[in-house]
Amino acid sequence: MSTASARDLLDAVYRTQARRVLATLIRLLGSFEAAEDALHEAFAAAAEQWPRAGIPANPYAWLVSTGRFRTIDRWRRQARLAGVLPELTALAGATPEPALPEHIQDDELRLIFICCHPALAPDARIALTLREVGGLTTEEIARAYLAPAPTIAQRIVRAKTKIRDEAIPYEIPVRADLPARLESALQVVYLIFNEGYAATQGPSLTRVDLCAEAIRLGRLVVDVLDEPEALGLLALMLLHEARHATRVDAAGNLVLLEDQDRSLWDRRRIAEAQALVERALASRRVGSYALQAAIVAVHAEARSVGETDWAQIVTLYDLLGRVDPSPVVALNRAVALGMRDGPEVGLATIEAVMGQGGLDGYPLSHAARADMQRRLGLAEAAQASYQRALELTRQPAERRFLQARLNQLAPERTTDLPGFLGPTTPRKRPLFAPLIDSARRTPPA
Amino acid sequence: MRYVCLIYFDPRKVFNQSPEALAVLAEAGPYDAELKASGHMVMSQALKLPKEAITVQVRDGKMSATDGPFMETKEMLGGFILIEARDLNEAVRIGAGIPFAKLGFIEVRPIVDFSEPRPKL
Repeated sequence: MSTASARDLLDAVYRTQARRVLATLIRLLGSFEAAEDALHEAFAAAAEQWPRAGIPANPYAWLVSTGRFRTIDRWRRQARLAGVLPELTALAGATPEPALPEHIQDDELRLIFICCHPALAPDARIALTLREVGGLTTEEIARAYLAPAPTIAQRIVRAKTKIRDEAIPYEIPVRADLPARLESALQVVYLIFNEGYAATQGPSLTRVDLCAEAIRLGRLVVDVLDEPEALGLLALMLLHEARHATRVDAAGNLVLLEDQDRSLWDRRRIAEAQALVERALASRRVGSYALQAAIVAVHAEARSVGETDWAQIVTLYDLLGRVDPSPVVALNRAVALGMRDGPEVGLATIEAVMGQGGLDGYPLSHAARADMQRRLGLAEAAQASYQRALELTRQPAERRFLQARLNQLAPERTTDLPGFLGPTTPRKRPLFAPLIDSARRTPPA
Repeated sequence: MRYVCLIYFDPRKVFNQSPEALAVLAEAGPYDAELKASGHMVMSQALKLPKEAITVQVRDGKMSATDGPFMETKEMLGGFILIEARDLNEAVRIGAGIPFAKLGFIEVRPIVDFSEPRPKL
């Protein structure tokens, strides 16, 4: 084998296996630091031996056993040097179990759970997850979050110190702890996704990779844990990703859902997400991510805004409001109601929701009200609402959109898309109808 | 990526023949060997004391040289290890393993990548 091709192969093995090898080594050696050393030594040994001896049949197993052996060997030497023998005997004696695929996945999941432990600060959870599970370097994370590398390095160092000092166990949480621990892990994954998603208009294109990484993490959780919220989150991310390309135009301007070119949506991802949503809803333990995903899935399924099953969306928002009540959910439900029953109902409901407080500083509430007013021909009121939304918005693409709406209203004529006014014809059979009916009968815990 | 671990210490704490200092000095060689074995080591050097040094500068085309620097602060640059590490956190971990970290401190600095723009200050 030529040196170049051996190096390429080793790089490929590093990309696909390094995180898994690390996850298993942390379990076998009992510490992050020792595992990182062992991982590096294992790859150094591979670089030396593989070009001569060939690639082992199971690179993962080879790397784990080499890393473990070399570490124990080093500890023995150090122990001799220091004249003490720590608890090496136990470690050296136990032969690691054979590497079954489910064990490897369990190790990776343990790693996610320890990195997302609620005892760690939220910033630290994200940095640690991206580095240890995602395999990003400190410098890459710093670029993604527009932070200085030493800041990120500190976060990671402190988090690892905390894990060691508080002896946070390296395990998949037991049943009783699972909901809270899973929530923390899913939140980290979704924050990573949102960071990548929101960055489309940002200065750095590399940030978009965060979306792909979040989806990979979401899959990892789903592969081991058949939990409805994990399924829901993965579906939600896939659905956002499926429509990603049509969200902004070539000039970086925001394209509304109603104007997006739906033929460009990634149908394969949408289908995958729909199947995940169905599985999540069928569990009857319906949570916020699954319901949000169901709502986006109904949108994604419609071939145009006019064909959207608004009645089903309203029902899903009703359920979401029960599981995860918030002014923003109430606002979204009001908008959907306006699409189902017409702008008059929509405007009245939006104003009622806004009257309950908590949304005055939220630009989308004013934009939603403006939209209903525009459709009702209330040009002046709509102008005032768009103006208020504009005052509250900093994001350049969103500002351009609101400004364009204001400009359209100026010549005292409202432009409307045909078929966009008033209630729409309900579909024959709602996409998730049976599941929603059953979910309705069983209120979520 | 390459990083340099700059080793600072107070020579009176390192060369005072105390058991702690002797232990640190005895560990330094083996740690270098470990870094070589693990593939992190690029090179390492220990520096003689500043009293063996001479400082030069050129102003208005004229060179001048002075002895020293003589120790104004207690901690001085005592040596460096140039390493290859995956990222800053790995470099920090390697830096923290240098035995002199127990007597002085280690500054971990990334080596400049000239494909990146220069800092503007």
